[in-house]
Amino acid sequence: MPQPIQFLPPRQDVLSRRATIIDDLRGLLPADCVIHEARELVPFETDAFISYRRVPLAVVLPRTTSQVAAVMKYCHRYGIPVVPRGAGTSLSGGAIPQEDAVVLGLSRMSRIIEIDYANRTATVQAGVTNLNISEAVAVDGFFYAPDPSSQLACTIGGNIGMNSGGAHCLKYGVTTNNLLGVKLVLVDGQVIELGGKHLDAAGYDLLGLVCGSEGQLGIVTEATVRLIAKPEGARPVLFGFSTSEEAGACVADIIAAGIIPVAIEFMDKPAIEICEAFAKAGYPLDVGALLIVEVEGSEAEMDATLENIVEIARRHQVMTVRECQSATEAALIWKGRKSAFGATGRIADYICMDGTVPLGKLSYVLKKTSEIVDRFGLRVANVFHAGDGNMHPLILFNANDPEEAMKAEEAGNEILKLCVDAGGCLTGEHGVGIEKRDLMRHQYTPAELAQQMAVRAAFDEDWILNPSKVFPLEGRG
Amino acid sequence: MLIPNTEADAAYIIRNAAAERKPLEICGNNTRGFARANQPAEQISSRGLTGIVDYDPAEMVMTVRSGTPVSEVEAALAANRQMMAFEPMDHRGILGTHGAHSREPTIGGVFAANVSGPRRLTAGAARDSLLGLRFVNGRGEIIRAGGRVMKNVTGLDLTKLLAGSQGTLGFVTEVTFRVLPVPPAVETVVISGLDDEMAAKAMAAAMALPVEISGAAHLPASVRSRFIGNHLPEGEATALRLEGLGPSVEVRVQKLAAVMEAFGPVATLGMERSLTLWREIRNVVPYADGTEKPLWRVSVAPSAGYHLVSALRLEAGIDAFYDWQGGLVWMRMEADPEAELLRRYIRALGGGHATLIRATEAARADIPTFEPLPDAVAALSARVKEKLDPAGIFSVGKMG
Repeated sequence: MPQPIQFLPPRQDVLSRRATIIDDLRGLLPADCVIHEARELVPFETDAFISYRRVPLAVVLPRTTSQVAAVMKYCHRYGIPVVPRGAGTSLSGGAIPQEDAVVLGLSRMSRIIEIDYANRTATVQAGVTNLNISEAVAVDGFFYAPDPSSQLACTIGGNIGMNSGGAHCLKYGVTTNNLLGVKLVLVDGQVIELGGKHLDAAGYDLLGLVCGSEGQLGIVTEATVRLIAKPEGARPVLFGFSTSEEAGACVADIIAAGIIPVAIEFMDKPAIEICEAFAKAGYPLDVGALLIVEVEGSEAEMDATLENIVEIARRHQVMTVRECQSATEAALIWKGRKSAFGATGRIADYICMDGTVPLGKLSYVLKKTSEIVDRFGLRVANVFHAGDGNMHPLILFNANDPEEAMKAEEAGNEILKLCVDAGGCLTGEHGVGIEKRDLMRHQYTPAELAQQMAVRAAFDEDWILNPSKVFPLEGRG
Repeated sequence: MLIPNTEADAAYIIRNAAAERKPLEICGNNTRGFARANQPAEQISSRGLTGIVDYDPAEMVMTVRSGTPVSEVEAALAANRQMMAFEPMDHRGILGTHGAHSREPTIGGVFAANVSGPRRLTAGAARDSLLGLRFVNGRGEIIRAGGRVMKNVTGLDLTKLLAGSQGTLGFVTEVTFRVLPVPPAVETVVISGLDDEMAAKAMAAAMALPVEISGAAHLPASVRSRFIGNHLPEGEATALRLEGLGPSVEVRVQKLAAVMEAFGPVATLGMERSLTLWREIRNVVPYADGTEKPLWRVSVAPSAGYHLVSALRLEAGIDAFYDWQGGLVWMRMEADPEAELLRRYIRALGGGHATLIRATEAARADIPTFEPLPDAVAALSARVKEKLDPAGIFSVGKMG
């Protein structure tokens, strides 16, 4: 029987000074920026990885970079752990606090500082939501490319922390490929800038290192991101196949033919049923799997690309091809896909895996995944970004049954090990957080983990920043 | 020169060097040797580690040993109509390192120096295509970073850290990178007669259109004749590249040309000349001049490039052309490198960085090759280096 995921034991000296720390924080920040009443702390106990929760010591919600710097300087001086938080949508527990930690929430730093069309950049505070950026520039024909499913809520600071992707990164890349610069508050309160409106930051690629570091290297308070001219049109097409294997093989053939659609999304039968019941997107219910393939460009361009894709799909005995005739239909197709997690949450509790595998291994890993889940007597729905091998099996369980919850975690761990063994990795875009922390040993050798932790120590020697995450708790040296 | 033939040999050599605190200078085939350490050191070359380890065109991913010549990688890709999207430049022309005895640039060097070309503007730098690597750190340990999948946020991204670290953090033995299909059609729209400022405006306007430009360069009159055998139209040339499926490129060329006509006379080059032009821009052909005149590679915000050049022109003899929508400035100085002046103007214009790609030995002695970093960033970078190379054996002083 596996154990629940552990957190670092709280630092007793910190807990015993709780009242003083809260007083001090209230001295550093305006009164309304410090939250410490028990009932007000409840919303900060967990994130979207809801199986685990911890009440933090306090929450601070600063409005400026200098306020963030003041908090960091203070916490660093007194050895108080700090857990950064954007919108709290992490699926891996990246924003779950611990009893001795101050949660540093960036939600009030939600201003768009500058939009610069001549250089195609937006400079924003870290608490701006992902969708806000695209909405702010849409009227002028631009967009910000990474589009995680939670884009309505999730913040750009959190996206940087987890190097978030989304459905459209097959063509445009993930956060790290669209991030030009950050303002970063270091653990001791120093403020540095990395990158800017120019391409390629000077010196070592610290920007690339910070992106995806899960709040362990510093606090991003501002970001400069790349804007892209919005394509003339975009068109999703729905393809239904008899089996998941057939759909997986079709994806591999599309890529092999040199066609790079903007997105290739995959749903298996359970996922189709769940999403259709919720979104009424008109998904075919007689198929074993479906693909949503989106192409973009001018009408002529989309026609030409789609013609090629349809031809490939026919070679895989495609059962249904549905091209949408209107923007409404297109939106509906995406609505079904984008509501997959929410719709699943309505019928059961679930944990969402995020392993990524080489394209050639997709069919194999899908098949093995259902075998693993069967063995635990659970159900799984698969909905994921097939074009880049980023799988999201949703393992359904009943959270009120502790034994079943443990089984779900165990099945999840087996699936992730399978992904690593197939030449992939534990997490494509959700981050390690606490969820996959103890599996890191399966992907990395002790020397490799030690090297990563050493680099981490160059930023935060005392493990103040989000300390229970990413690296196994034992053997931290 | 030390030339290990296996990764294990490399690790052995480095472990011993670390124990003796013996400095090493990591290199490939020395075709891009524009940066120096501040102490003499024996070279350890990747040239013994060659060959394609894994290449499945259907997955668009290639794994190669670091000492493999770029030409071999490009040939294997071309046979499958694929390419490295970031268009790595060849430094041999401007550095004069392609003599009779000289060797080919290595793929390890491409990533260790994060070398990119015109398509970097929209397709990302070498570091963006790099999915994973294996390297030997300064302790002599073999470390894998990243992997072979496009999306990967499993632990710290040491892959990015090693990319562009110029051999100062580790000896890279193997790289895995993403490749893309070669676009079947290529066309270039040239707008003639624009000064640098108008060219910057035209390029910004073009990049705002939904036509997917994959290259935007401005070639002032002083360099125009050096391209495609002097076949560019008369006057300054502002060049915009479009790539993709034939019919799609045709449609986009029409749309782009219709908007660009407001800026100046518009012409197209056709596929053959387009391919040549962008290869020449990539390789900085106008300054492959056989001289040792100081040559800078400057990255600033696209709208700052022409400001920088016009400001410097008042105080020094310079010649320049622009890639990356005006944000990449290749700048040849007539005499003095004017490093302080240049770097002061870059800071005043919103920041960026200047790399001294070519200079006489005498000039190099006094000028940092790479942009000096602010104190806090330099201190952080030094701590990072110390964590990968605790004995300080890899080219101390070369970077930052």
